[in-house]
Amino acid sequence: MVSKRKAISRKEVEHIAWLARIELSKKEEEIFTEQLNRILEYFSKIDRVDTGKVEPTYHVLDLANVFRVDEVKPSSPDAILKEVPNMKDRWIKAPRMA
Amino acid sequence: MKTRTQELKAEEYIDSIFKKIRETDGRIHAYVTVVEEMALKKARELDKKIRRGEKVGRLAGVAVAVKDNICISGVRTTCSSKMLENFTSPYDATVVERLNKEDAIIVGKTNMDEFAMGSSTEFSAFGVTRNPYDEDRVPGGSSGGSAAAVASKEATLALGSDTGGSVRCPAAFCSVVGLKPTYGLVSRFGLISYANSLEQIGPITKDIRDCALLLNCIAGHDVNDATSVEKLSEDYTKYLAEVDGIKVGIPKEFFGEGVQDVVAKQVWQALHKLEEANVICEEISWKDLDSALAAYYIIAMAEASSNLARFDGIRYGSGMISGARDWNTVFSKNRSLGFGFEVKRRIILGSYALSAGYYDEYYLKAQKIRTIVRKYLDEAFKRFDVLASPTMPVLPFKIGEKVGNPLEIYTCDILTVPANLAGVPAISIPCGFVEGLPVGLQFIAPHFREDQLFRIAHTFEGLQKSRVS
Repeated sequence: MVSKRKAISRKEVEHIAWLARIELSKKEEEIFTEQLNRILEYFSKIDRVDTGKVEPTYHVLDLANVFRVDEVKPSSPDAILKEVPNMKDRWIKAPRMA
Repeated sequence: MKTRTQELKAEEYIDSIFKKIRETDGRIHAYVTVVEEMALKKARELDKKIRRGEKVGRLAGVAVAVKDNICISGVRTTCSSKMLENFTSPYDATVVERLNKEDAIIVGKTNMDEFAMGSSTEFSAFGVTRNPYDEDRVPGGSSGGSAAAVASKEATLALGSDTGGSVRCPAAFCSVVGLKPTYGLVSRFGLISYANSLEQIGPITKDIRDCALLLNCIAGHDVNDATSVEKLSEDYTKYLAEVDGIKVGIPKEFFGEGVQDVVAKQVWQALHKLEEANVICEEISWKDLDSALAAYYIIAMAEASSNLARFDGIRYGSGMISGARDWNTVFSKNRSLGFGFEVKRRIILGSYALSAGYYDEYYLKAQKIRTIVRKYLDEAFKRFDVLASPTMPVLPFKIGEKVGNPLEIYTCDILTVPANLAGVPAISIPCGFVEGLPVGLQFIAPHFREDQLFRIAHTFEGLQKSRVS
């Protein structure tokens, strides 16, 4: 089972960094591209394993539809709002969209 | 416990812990935050409570260190990251609530690899923690601070979290006991998430009895954690009894390529000793072990990219003052400033593994390998009660030795990740020293069979003690 995996390109790293909303300098992009390719090469070990008829495991427990009673409990946002870096009255100040 | 009878006042004992921290932590750096005032106040109140004849909890007066990715209300909770450098948690994690209910005294938050991503605590944004057995070496990670604190007596008990070995690895490197419970046994509410389908909070203690006691206090269903399991509660201290005729399976690949000879030898000696106690050891084979490691990292990084997406530095956490820039620019800049290299690497790789065109090849494939790991263990547990291996493939390495090459750090997890992938419990117990450095012995049991781990670990501990006399 030969891996037909292409190397990840610098452009792809730039694009993924954008998707992940992490600003990378050009130098970081370069270093990361090299490192990520070495790591991906290690990951290609998974190609060796025959998983043809195997179902994926997303969660190890057989839990599904875990519900609780819809009852309102007291809660206050004060401690939470204390952590907001920029506030105006009870509003969180955020940068404009675009 | 001495504080219960006031033979030793809780306040005196806690005071002596902080004295020890002052003497030691300048070198070891196990702690990110120490809560002396809060702890002494609690200790004084506990002493008063005891003198009034009131009932006290099972951990009354005991000094506990908590890993810095577990939220404590009103206390700085950083995940050893600049992103949360000045973040004060507005709530208590469920495990913390339970510790408080048992009158435990939390003394501080321990250092870790940033956002639990690492195996050496070298990726902390606030400096490395040193191994108390050799201060030029790593304590393991990501719960390095917790293990170092217990090993150097800067705390009596500690909590860590284990996603791919992060409780067991530092336990092995610091010669203490570390348990990763079955997935779902301990609530993750208040544990700042790295990889939510893999991680569990676990006890790090000096011996197996303390481990059972602490597990008793933190285990159990939590309505706030939809992945926690409803089951009959157990008293784990009941299992601290001699074992008779337990069958141990030893996958020979766990002693093979990549495992240092001296480590393998030390662990084999430990297993031979167990045979003296009527424990039956048998070798088995587990091919494709290294594909499990690759699968683990793909899954963990993919989940990390999702779980860390929330950190924007705008609603909480550290961020630049926004000025005239737009949302995406500020968001990206804050994350660039707030996250260390290893965290960025994992988020980017994780995003890649989940992106359109690569999802099937990486993430989906990894989840299928996860099923194969699970099935292999199910089959093995039909023949054996537990499996055994070294916890780590190497001795504690020097600080700075592996940090430049991510893959070298990743491959340290090769023996610990299978338990996380399958969700089964696993424990690391000290099995001696090589060249003055600690070695850990790992046991893995089926789901919710922590009882087997306690039995065999207690038996082994007993054999160790009778030898060292």
